[in-house]
Amino acid sequence: MYVAVKGGEAAILATHELVAEARRGDPAIPEISVAQIREQQALACARVMNEGSLYDSDLAALALKQSQGDVIEAAFLMRAYRTTLPRFGSSVPLDTATMSIRRRVSATYKDLPGGQVLGPTYDYTHRLFDFALMDSENVRVGLDPTISGREARPSTTHPSSGDARIKPEHHAAPLDAHMPRVPDILGAEGLMEAEEAPEGDPRPFDLTRDPVSFPADRDVRLQAMARGDEGFLLGLGYSVQRGFGGSHPFVGEVRVGEVAVELVPEELGFAVDLGDLTLTECQMVNQFQGSKDIAPQFTRGYGLVFGHAERKAMSMSLVDRALKARDFGEAADYPAQQDEFVLYHSDNVEAAGFVEHLKLPHYVDFQGELELIRRIRRERDERLAGEQDSKEPDAMPEAAE
Amino acid sequence: MTMHQMPAGDTKPAYNYAYLDEQTKRMIRRALLKAVAVPGYQVPFGSREMPLARGWGTGGIQVTAAIIGPADTLKVIDQGADDTTNAVSIRKFFERTADARTTEATEEATIIQTRHRIPEAPLKAGQVMVYQVPMPEPLRRLEPREAETRKMHAWAEYGLMQVKLYEDIARYGEITKTYDYPVMVNGRYVMAPSPIPKFDNPKMHMSPALQLFGAGREKRIYALPPHTSVKSLDFEDHPFRIQSWTEPCGLCGASDSYLDEVVIDDRGGRMFVCSDSHHCETRREAGHRGTMLGDATASGFVDLSPSTVIPGDRREARDPFRNPTEQGSGMDPGSAVGSARDDGADMQTGVKS
Repeated sequence: MYVAVKGGEAAILATHELVAEARRGDPAIPEISVAQIREQQALACARVMNEGSLYDSDLAALALKQSQGDVIEAAFLMRAYRTTLPRFGSSVPLDTATMSIRRRVSATYKDLPGGQVLGPTYDYTHRLFDFALMDSENVRVGLDPTISGREARPSTTHPSSGDARIKPEHHAAPLDAHMPRVPDILGAEGLMEAEEAPEGDPRPFDLTRDPVSFPADRDVRLQAMARGDEGFLLGLGYSVQRGFGGSHPFVGEVRVGEVAVELVPEELGFAVDLGDLTLTECQMVNQFQGSKDIAPQFTRGYGLVFGHAERKAMSMSLVDRALKARDFGEAADYPAQQDEFVLYHSDNVEAAGFVEHLKLPHYVDFQGELELIRRIRRERDERLAGEQDSKEPDAMPEAAE
Repeated sequence: MTMHQMPAGDTKPAYNYAYLDEQTKRMIRRALLKAVAVPGYQVPFGSREMPLARGWGTGGIQVTAAIIGPADTLKVIDQGADDTTNAVSIRKFFERTADARTTEATEEATIIQTRHRIPEAPLKAGQVMVYQVPMPEPLRRLEPREAETRKMHAWAEYGLMQVKLYEDIARYGEITKTYDYPVMVNGRYVMAPSPIPKFDNPKMHMSPALQLFGAGREKRIYALPPHTSVKSLDFEDHPFRIQSWTEPCGLCGASDSYLDEVVIDDRGGRMFVCSDSHHCETRREAGHRGTMLGDATASGFVDLSPSTVIPGDRREARDPFRNPTEQGSGMDPGSAVGSARDDGADMQTGVKS
């Protein structure tokens, strides 16, 4: 009718068509398939699974395709679907000590049982463009440009890593079956803060079903961070390291691999294996705490996320430790130490919705502001004019002053 | 579990009636009952992730989904208008998921979901207003921590709010809150009325309709049962007053409705039109003419097709619950509105000062 936001229905339909067109891009270029995204953009899929709180790489790939690669939009799609799913049970707690390791590094020991397993990582790549990726199709491309351009060789191992740097001699040496977690090694000596379930080992809080109250317990905090925005947690973790929070951590261990999920159906009474999850776990060893009664021990920061997502897991473990400030009687002076700040603002789907809602019409409220500012300015002009005209300005007191 | 039957031949069996599963609806209804029992108190609830974005009405949508049934008629407005894009989007959501009967007529609706306005036509008993709320906590701008604001409410410790309002007066000569203007509910809780203009605050007071507030992102529900006292915070020597305009609506001539300002050229030209689009159309159908209606029709702003220009008597037959104050040419403002109206203020409209 008389403003642009009116007549919405036709415009909404038209915008859906425009989105579909923009998503497809140039029709002369072959369309990307969901399977291609799942296999070749696995790290993006992992991020969508984490922030969408749903472990399903096919749906994550579909979400990425549908959202044109917008990760937050993709996470939103995952969550809006996830919320409709029935819950048929809770799994047995995962045991990451039994993870079948794909990568495992520790910064606290030179060597340890099971050894350091570099696995697929960008850590030691030189960030030089590999232009061979641009035009050759059937090139098994390594991360190190010096070995790119080699002909693809059929490989049955690590099909999703796509990493030519795993050289045959590495395949030759099978990994140790026993890979103890580093904090457990410290814990055996009594040097590591123990992870103890709260009294009665209650079922963990589910923040997608119940409203969070503050101060939030650790189960709530870890859950919120696992689905929190990677960039936000990265920034907070960095702030803790730089000085906005007194954290001096060591990476006790980062491990990536597959862990079995088990469920005990009530009618069976024994655990059934449902399949494997790819997980990244990070445990940070932080400076020790102690008191007159408790011998000093290291404190833990913990991060656990879906897929191969080391940056997220490390950021989470930094912030986890920062959020324990209250438990250790430390001053919570910095943003990363304040649970309300971290939990409310790490949810990128909520944050994006509220920031972007500013696009919605607000003209009713703005009209109120316009009316007010015009009136205040007019009253001010009148007052100033009155003061000029008056021979005795002091005779006109103003309430507003 | 009560299962609403899906319309015959429906091709969307994957979703429950009104989208939410029945357990979730039950949880929301429990929160609503608590909210009604303690007017103005913010009840935490397990807000679900919705297929619409946070901040775009997910709280209101969940409340509506929890209370809507096949016998209901739904009206959805944004900025007072039925045809703003987000109102259209939410209305379509319920048409699709709840097979909802929808209307633009305020008096026909049993549920009115709104963002930023209360309709001009008085509400009646049996109607339910559902407000979309972005920030349910009126004290949030004064105290960012939820743990603290909940204590302040528990102790009815509202001095900080009074000081904030006083500081406005000290600095600007008046309280500068023009929307989401805080109210005292039932003499107990300070409540955020959602970002409605303060013009609408008096309509909440002793309303015969049930008023429900849903904040999806912040996971809070609160309510005003019918006939609840809602007092806008003020001071004895600075009484609450609402916005007023010196010129009436350019399309329908209403002088007591909330007006939107529309920029009509780049030389400072303005026109003022009712924000409540249905109110404005109803008045035009009844024969009221604003000074700019002719121009607006000529330039295609207003559709005066035969279907919309109908004699007043036909409309009367259709709308048995028509607002009695619409009869006659001059509109008599409701008493609450009339007493709060700042008749003395002569707003300079439009052209630059």
